[in-house]
Amino acid sequence: MFTNKDVLETIAMVQEEHLDIRTITMGISLLSCIRDSAEETAQKVYDLVCKKAENIVKTAQNLSGEYGIPIVNKRVSVTPVSLITAAFPEKAPLVGKALDNAAKTLGIDFLGGYSALVHKMTADYERKFIQTIPEVLAQTDRLCSSVNVGSSKTGINMEAVKMLGETFKQAAFLTKDKDGIGAAKLVAFCNAVEDNPFMAGAFHGVGEADTVVNVGVSGPGVVKHALEQIPNADLTEVAETIKRTAFKITRAGQLVAKEAAKRLNAQFGIVDLSLAPTPAMGDSVAQILEEMGIETVGGHGTTAALALLNDAVKKGGVMASSRVGGLSGAFIPVSEDIGMIKAAEKGAITLDKLEAMTCVCSVGLDMIAIPGDTPATTIAAMIADEAAIGMINNKTTAVRIIPAPGKTVGDEVSFGGLLGRAPVMPVHTCDSSKLIMRGGNIPAPIHSFKN
Amino acid sequence: MKAVVTVTGKDRKGIIAKVSAFLAERGANIEDISQTIMGEYFAMIMIADITDIKQELSALASDCAELGKQIGMAIYIQHEDIFNAMHNV
Repeated sequence: MFTNKDVLETIAMVQEEHLDIRTITMGISLLSCIRDSAEETAQKVYDLVCKKAENIVKTAQNLSGEYGIPIVNKRVSVTPVSLITAAFPEKAPLVGKALDNAAKTLGIDFLGGYSALVHKMTADYERKFIQTIPEVLAQTDRLCSSVNVGSSKTGINMEAVKMLGETFKQAAFLTKDKDGIGAAKLVAFCNAVEDNPFMAGAFHGVGEADTVVNVGVSGPGVVKHALEQIPNADLTEVAETIKRTAFKITRAGQLVAKEAAKRLNAQFGIVDLSLAPTPAMGDSVAQILEEMGIETVGGHGTTAALALLNDAVKKGGVMASSRVGGLSGAFIPVSEDIGMIKAAEKGAITLDKLEAMTCVCSVGLDMIAIPGDTPATTIAAMIADEAAIGMINNKTTAVRIIPAPGKTVGDEVSFGGLLGRAPVMPVHTCDSSKLIMRGGNIPAPIHSFKN
Repeated sequence: MKAVVTVTGKDRKGIIAKVSAFLAERGANIEDISQTIMGEYFAMIMIADITDIKQELSALASDCAELGKQIGMAIYIQHEDIFNAMHNV
């Protein structure tokens, strides 16, 4: 049984420390929608998604009211669209638009899965599919896209990496009137997971059930508040406190996930233990690291502090949930975290430091604006670096960067809402094109051969 | 089915009377009340049986919030499962 103190603590977490369920994401298999033509497939996709997820918004509102915890986002992820449009890849945009329309009909903010999995090699239909991504992202509002370009088991597909460099450039260029928002809806992954509830990288893997509910919890503010109570504790106690806090947060997520799955006639998938910041004050991962004792995030010691945070969140969360999955780590998106935005404005955090941080947390170079004239091959090289970190360390890494059209260092991009705003950060200007133009594969590391 | 009703705010007269009358009207049966005063602040926590409430719990929660605004207090009603989940191993 709980005590009065527990009750008041839960209420304070929600009211003052931004505890929330960040997202309820319904994963829907589209494999049954494949028809002879793109037009028929698109119609079937629209109908199925609208039917399966018709109650997602209402259910989330009810759960939120009953438990007194906000559920911020309601989302849908689908089978990678490249798979269901393999017979007519040039017409895949029809399915993309049908999904965007379905998202609007349902009243959800994002729908993920305009995706391709090319971590070993690129099939011809996937090559054609990837070429449609920039245009589709420019013509839709809520659709998100991702491409898996490598894995620990297969190595890195450098042809796909090169294509993705160009895809980011093009996606930003086609949405230049909106600061290149197209690129903010695109993720290049290494070791992509099939049950991620977070956008823009969510898709519904083929190893999943027909309909699944995955939930992402959050609460950077709760963790920061807990650490504020122990300003002079050593790091062992800091880790212990984060673990305990993560346990409570995750239990709330687990409860909501199970109940949501039941009410939505879906299987309970996983709880994703990520700490996901928002641009709101007091909802920042960067500020947790600063609370731990770094003047400004990006300073020396940031990677160590983040490693502790990420690990403690996992340990607390794993104990709290019967099924953990997704990305499960601390997110460090620059434009979506007020602490990161401030550090970037001061020049305290650089791309190099962010890259180092991605070695110890999920997920990668996330929501970073770079100069619009950055060559596609340089972006591809950044993707290759991140993919290498993921491949060697057996973890998911990702790149979601925005080459802001017409902007340069000192300018700012602003997307509004959850995507936030970010100063344009400098990139290394030396040429990496020869590496990228070589193509081929970076072989899988020796430690991946475990059979 | 049980819910926890929490009322917090600056202490003033008649809070318990107003909140309990409001809950009774809507079919919730109060089983336990405890309250503390911290300085000039008042915190009351009630356990209520909500098996027979006449509306959905989420709707009752927004009505409670509305009543809270009227009487200058913060009032929450939440399913007990959330506290059991978060505070028990």
